[in-house]
Amino acid sequence: MEILVCVKRVPDTAENEIEVKSDGTDIERDDLVYSVNEWDNYAVEEAIQIRDNVGGSVTVVTVGDDESEEVLRREMAMGADNGVLLSDSAFEGSDGRGVAAILKAQADAGNYDLILCGAQADDGAGQVGGMLAAMLDWPYASLVNHIEIVDDKKIKVGREIEGGNQELNEIELPCVLSIQTGINEPRYVGIRGIRKVASVEIPVKGASDLGLDPATVGEAGAKVKRLDYFVPELGEGAEILEGSMEEKIEKLIELLKAKGGLK
Amino acid sequence: MAQIFAYIVHKGGVIDDTAAELAVAAKKIDASSAVTAIVTGSGADLDTVCQEAAKLYPEVWKFDNQALAYPNAEVIRKLLVDVLPKDAVFLVPHDTFGMDLGPGLSIKLDVPYVPDVIEIEAADGSTFKMVRQEFSGMAHTHVACDLGSGGVITPRPGVFQPEEGAAEAGGKVTDKSGEAGDLSARRRFLEVVEAEVGDVDITKADVLVSIGRGIEDEENIELAEELAEAMGAVVSCSRPIVDAKWMEKSRQVGTSGQTVKPKVYMAMGISGSFQHLGGIKGSPFMVAVNKNPKAPIFQVADVGIVEDILEFMPEMTEKIEELQ
Repeated sequence: MEILVCVKRVPDTAENEIEVKSDGTDIERDDLVYSVNEWDNYAVEEAIQIRDNVGGSVTVVTVGDDESEEVLRREMAMGADNGVLLSDSAFEGSDGRGVAAILKAQADAGNYDLILCGAQADDGAGQVGGMLAAMLDWPYASLVNHIEIVDDKKIKVGREIEGGNQELNEIELPCVLSIQTGINEPRYVGIRGIRKVASVEIPVKGASDLGLDPATVGEAGAKVKRLDYFVPELGEGAEILEGSMEEKIEKLIELLKAKGGLK
Repeated sequence: MAQIFAYIVHKGGVIDDTAAELAVAAKKIDASSAVTAIVTGSGADLDTVCQEAAKLYPEVWKFDNQALAYPNAEVIRKLLVDVLPKDAVFLVPHDTFGMDLGPGLSIKLDVPYVPDVIEIEAADGSTFKMVRQEFSGMAHTHVACDLGSGGVITPRPGVFQPEEGAAEAGGKVTDKSGEAGDLSARRRFLEVVEAEVGDVDITKADVLVSIGRGIEDEENIELAEELAEAMGAVVSCSRPIVDAKWMEKSRQVGTSGQTVKPKVYMAMGISGSFQHLGGIKGSPFMVAVNKNPKAPIFQVADVGIVEDILEFMPEMTEKIEELQ
């Protein structure tokens, strides 16, 4: 099975406190730790497991700048066979639809049976997978937490729905799936693994290589435009307990007694 | 202004809370528009749902078809592309159905998609400013979008609260089933597998000690268990703990886990995503302990403590034991 996995380099919210710049034009990006989007990492692991079971290859692709190459290399160290960087100044400022259009051009250039995306990204809107599927006119399922390969024509997928329940579907290939966290346990990537792929050449493709009209992507093609970042006026917010650790705990215990949280 | 449509989510003949919320969101786009509710499904329950929808919307379009018995987004997308007028603004809740439907529908209708919206403000003509959250709620952003030629918007469930005691719309139900075209799809619904019942029922607990990413390591869960034991509480958790396979899914609080109604909720090292908060009902007394003073959980908690839970929990356990 030929599998394409779409990944993205994002600020790691587990490692960073995200702060908004005082002029509201962006978040503070100095000293941010970036990593591969968590959901995408599960998607790559799933693709590798499918390939190992039924054969084929895994290609990881991202739309980004030169720095995005590091996430491709990381996912190749996990076991992806190929990486492709889609990069062009014309891609800057793309909305979700623009990113999906760029990825569609890459999908058209290959012969893929299955395309996986992360269900969402911390700085995104959970939209690229569904848009890409509609552009390709392939079937789509989101929030996938289980994949079972039936044969080379169809697969069974579980979707995570409300209340911890799972919706099972049969879906024809080729298709696009967006992957939910928890579907597998992504393997650990060590320094040695990264070193192994350090010198592998990663092709870079721009708008002309992909046959894309620059007016349809990037800022020019965006229908949804981000105006600013801001921190909302808080409502009451929490009463923050101050003092030493012991003092805070004593205050909390008094409050909990009053609220029935402690006997 | 374009005509506005709202997709009605329902289950077992019962209309979802989001049905009333979408009516509120629609008013923010055009207060004078006669919004049309779209109800899809099959069987006897559907008329009950339509009657309920007619209390909220002046127009209700009913689509009754065996192929619509389960809301398969791939099938409903085909239906909507056939029946929606050009330039329609379409609202669907940002739940697991809306997330499945919205992105692809926007491409097929060739209109902008604005997901997970928490506020809508008129800007200039048919351009609207909408508020979204990024980075698990640590930053908010305004996005601008022209809805003059239509759009697909998914308002976040629970945000656009209807006023109590609003007058009934007295809407008219129109059976549009005959307008549905080909409803076959390359994705077929098979069945829903219900969540497994765990050893402990967190939905029945009065006091929950709930842990998140701040627990850092599986071994540290013991610290939460000890605190819970001292308090006479039960341990629950947020999604990352279940993803890491450190606790059972039945212990997870959130829209994709359990809905809990405790008297006291102790959020330990939980940042407070809306999916997590969506699983907490009944306004419990909420305590948040987090080493990040900017964690969104502090916006919704009653009491906050800025500390590392790995140091806080053992000290609190000790203190309670001293008092007993």
